[in-house]
Amino acid sequence: MSTSAEAHPRRPESLVWLYLAVVGIVVVAMMGVGLVMRMGQAGLLQLSPQWFYRFLTMHGVGMVGISGIGGAAILYHFLSAHVDLSRKVFLANLIFFLVGAVLLLGTSLFAGYAGAWTFLYPLPQHSMGQWTPIAAALHLAGLALVGVGFLLFHLDTGRAILGRYGSLANALGWPQLFRGSAADPPPATVVAATMVLIVNVLGLVSGASIIVMSIVSLLAPAFTIDPLLAKNMIYVFGHIFINATIYMAVTAVYELLPIHTGRPWKVNRVFLAAWNASALFVVIVYPHHLLMDFAQPTWLHVVGQIISYASGFPILVVTAFGALTLVHRSGIRWTAASAFLFLSMFGWSAGVVPAVVDGTIAANQVLHNTQWVPGHFHFYLVLGLLSMFLGFALHFSSQRGDAVADRVGFWIYAIGGLGFTCLFLAAGASSVPRRWAAHLADWQGFAAAGSVFGAGVLVATILLVARIAVRARRPA
Amino acid sequence: MTIPFVTIQMTAALISFAGITLVAGIFLVVAQRSRHDEPYAVVQPRAYRLRSRLFVLLLLGGLLVAAVTLFDLPYSRAEAVRDPLLVDVTAHQWYWELSRQSVEAHRPVLFRVGSVDVNHGFAIYDGDRRLIAQVQAMPGYINELVVAFDRPGTYQILCLEYCGLVHHAMMASIEVLAPVAGSERF
Repeated sequence: MSTSAEAHPRRPESLVWLYLAVVGIVVVAMMGVGLVMRMGQAGLLQLSPQWFYRFLTMHGVGMVGISGIGGAAILYHFLSAHVDLSRKVFLANLIFFLVGAVLLLGTSLFAGYAGAWTFLYPLPQHSMGQWTPIAAALHLAGLALVGVGFLLFHLDTGRAILGRYGSLANALGWPQLFRGSAADPPPATVVAATMVLIVNVLGLVSGASIIVMSIVSLLAPAFTIDPLLAKNMIYVFGHIFINATIYMAVTAVYELLPIHTGRPWKVNRVFLAAWNASALFVVIVYPHHLLMDFAQPTWLHVVGQIISYASGFPILVVTAFGALTLVHRSGIRWTAASAFLFLSMFGWSAGVVPAVVDGTIAANQVLHNTQWVPGHFHFYLVLGLLSMFLGFALHFSSQRGDAVADRVGFWIYAIGGLGFTCLFLAAGASSVPRRWAAHLADWQGFAAAGSVFGAGVLVATILLVARIAVRARRPA
Repeated sequence: MTIPFVTIQMTAALISFAGITLVAGIFLVVAQRSRHDEPYAVVQPRAYRLRSRLFVLLLLGGLLVAAVTLFDLPYSRAEAVRDPLLVDVTAHQWYWELSRQSVEAHRPVLFRVGSVDVNHGFAIYDGDRRLIAQVQAMPGYINELVVAFDRPGTYQILCLEYCGLVHHAMMASIEVLAPVAGSERF
């Protein structure tokens, strides 16, 4: 079958760079906030519980939102080579995000909101005097605005994909997958965009519904929501949205790694089957977040575990393995960009292991809501997702070649990221809770060592973002 | 019955760090060999064969682990145990209310856990500050958790679901007393 990747001499347009600039600023700021929290847990600085939980809320919602923005930037760049996307809608998404971010961060910084990015009902209205219902409602309104922007973005990708391919089934390669069509399959980026369109619209609708219900409940407390229903709806939204960020950003690997290795990324039936399976799995796997809610039907827990196992397959067997095949004995001349793209595949695939372990009910009973959880998702996000962002931005900003600083930045980032995440996992295995403002003395060693590695990640990110910013302004 | 949670945590860590190391090793070896140049037409068929085997291996491994670990689930133990000791647990911002302050070792204890305000996480830590069991505490629902304590001593109860400003200080304890002679084992 066909190859998805031809050379991409086309540099990102100015709006994509604007997205990336926002990503750079917000990621560095939120990493700083995260480091302050970790240092507070280590006892290396004084951080009151009020500010710890505000920072926790800001860090969570900020990082999740900006992960979506980075993923959208990469997807827009590559997808616009195949279909006719609306630049205005793409700009609108960024504006919605920025307005939403002002509300999200402003309500935490200035109105004390600290309901965590998961806003589990009914915590937003039970602040015990820490914030007002209006502050919580404004915070949730900010989240809704961000969601509206993404919904518009995905609907526009849907419009463009339908205009070019006729149906979502065609864009997912069903004719090649199920009917043995010999026609060229859609490019990898189109398959990914279609999958993300389907799953993220479902997730965003669930998220928007529970956000609106929560806002109504805040303003009219007589209106109540079933807390278990609310939790289900929140995790449908949260799980799908954060996973979709990786599914958008991985197009950088599909499109750019072939350029660095001189080998094509083939879209074949295995690839199509994996992405179609992922579309299903990512929607139905969310019950693994509720394994400790014993009131849920047991069959949902069992589905959560089994699908957790199954959802790792497409990643490991197709994407990561495909990247390894592309690089193996390819004669690649490594750059910081290709190194980050390769690292991202490691982060994504290795992060599957502790995630699958946590998705096992017997293990979840002693790992859930310990630091094991931030351990496994930081593995995905620091080593996987952010490496995709950095690989993408470095590829298009350093076409005159690397400097020593880029390579030093890469190694500090990779080692720092690995140490930072593994210390979370080790702390989780030692039963250290997540989301605690103050840690007991015998837990503080994990946080102190994690702070050192986290500082390394922050320094490397600042260095790399600064270098990308300087070079991106020069003409290629 | 001995509660094997320490073993589970150690096993989880061992499997995870071994898996991460294995994946890291594969990536490092591939990166190290990437400087050699070999035609893709040679590399690709070999890789596809290996991928098929990997798929079968992961599928069989996943099915095996699922079959073993899904055999004994914590959800239906309340009906399975005979004559459990009942402890009603009510979570509040930010304290625990327990109907009993002490229980007996080796006798199944049925914790009926609820909340009057927001979501909390009812987590039991042993004397080594090791998490041995947990369940969510949620308004409007009662979650039933069965635990058989195998060692007498003081066990701590911590909150593992973020519940507001004093979440980290929401602690209680429960005494596990030496078993009374003739009591039924779990």
